Amino acid sequence: MELVVEDLAVARGGVAVLEGVSFRLAVGHALVLRGPNGIGKTTLLRALAGLQPPRAGRISADREAMVYAAHSDGIKAMLTVEENLAFWADLYRTDGVARALEAFALGPLADRPAGALSAGQKRRLGLARLLVTGRRIWVLDEPTVSLDRAAVALFADAVRAHLADGGMAIIATHIDLGLEAEVLDLTPFRTRLPAVADEGFL
Amino acid sequence: MKALLVRDLKLAVRAGGGFGLGLAFFLIVVVLVPFAVGPETALLARIAPGVLWLGALLACLLSLDRILALDWEDGSLDLIATAPLPLEAAVSVKALAHWITTGLPLVVAAPVLGVLMSLPSGGYAWLVASLALGTPALSVIGTFGAALTVGIRRGGLLLSLLVLPLYVPVLIFGAEVARRGAEGLAVATPLALLGAVTCGTIALLPFASAAVLRVNLR
Repeated sequence: MELVVEDLAVARGGVAVLEGVSFRLAVGHALVLRGPNGIGKTTLLRALAGLQPPRAGRISADREAMVYAAHSDGIKAMLTVEENLAFWADLYRTDGVARALEAFALGPLADRPAGALSAGQKRRLGLARLLVTGRRIWVLDEPTVSLDRAAVALFADAVRAHLADGGMAIIATHIDLGLEAEVLDLTPFRTRLPAVADEGFL
Repeated sequence: MKALLVRDLKLAVRAGGGFGLGLAFFLIVVVLVPFAVGPETALLARIAPGVLWLGALLACLLSLDRILALDWEDGSLDLIATAPLPLEAAVSVKALAHWITTGLPLVVAAPVLGVLMSLPSGGYAWLVASLALGTPALSVIGTFGAALTVGIRRGGLLLSLLVLPLYVPVLIFGAEVARRGAEGLAVATPLALLGAVTCGTIALLPFASAAVLRVNLR
């Protein structure tokens, strides 16, 4: 099953940001989204994840196949690293906590409260959640922020393993991850006419 | 669903979770009332049901903005919204967790504080019954208010203003059950109405909360 996005238009806060975005993504492939700040990468990803309805266009994939990772990791400071992951594993009815801890080298930190982690370690914990969910399409927004070089390599390995396993990934990033991925520059899709703010009263 | 409930309860009882905040507030209000109005037993006994209910309601109000705001701030609300759990179920579980950590302790503490207020002996059972029946509605309505104001910085004030009018029927019927119980009158009518309010809010408001949350998460 491939992911087909046709003629997608998205808006942020009532202002149209992107229109006419179309791409296809086959099983086992990754797509890297590029574009300057404010172009609408996050908005596009949120629309893909189902957090906001697109203004127009079609997304073929089932939402139940996607997992979204945002700028913030959704980590609870008062829970330990393992408890954070175990919560998501319970919610998605999977059991991959040990594997996820290992993939992002979090094993030695498993019993540490997540609030005591460094920014990069928190990010690793946030990314480890993706493995725990067991979903096939990863929708990632700037996954490598505050990661060091070794952690970026760990992340790239995890994405490669996921793709080899029949998964897909859509990644908005500014850096080169060393992945063999198709690149989609969003600049040509920027909305020309400022749309009427139809949600202004909200 | 159980995973979310367990997590919320865990977070509430760990340091900084705010468990006991409502209970402490309830305790303070009820302990201070006899000092404010004077130690006259007959007067205290007469106002006891109303004061206990008002104290419980305000204590509930105090912790409402924590229900969703904390999850929104650290991004977990977005992630929960995209998880397999329907958002309606998620907000219901959040309301249940709020009730267990706030409403239930109030129900348990109310008879003890009733002693301080010289509540007549016949009133205890009805006080506990009315609070046990009414506080779930307070949590469910509060979760709706929290969903409406999620994403607004310092939304607590707006939340209180939005929720207060919705709390009025619960307060009227709840306090009426407790008052009639204390005076030995028939309680069937206000009890039935209180039950109706609670059942109605539990049945309908999770859908409204989930709907406004979807709009707010856009």
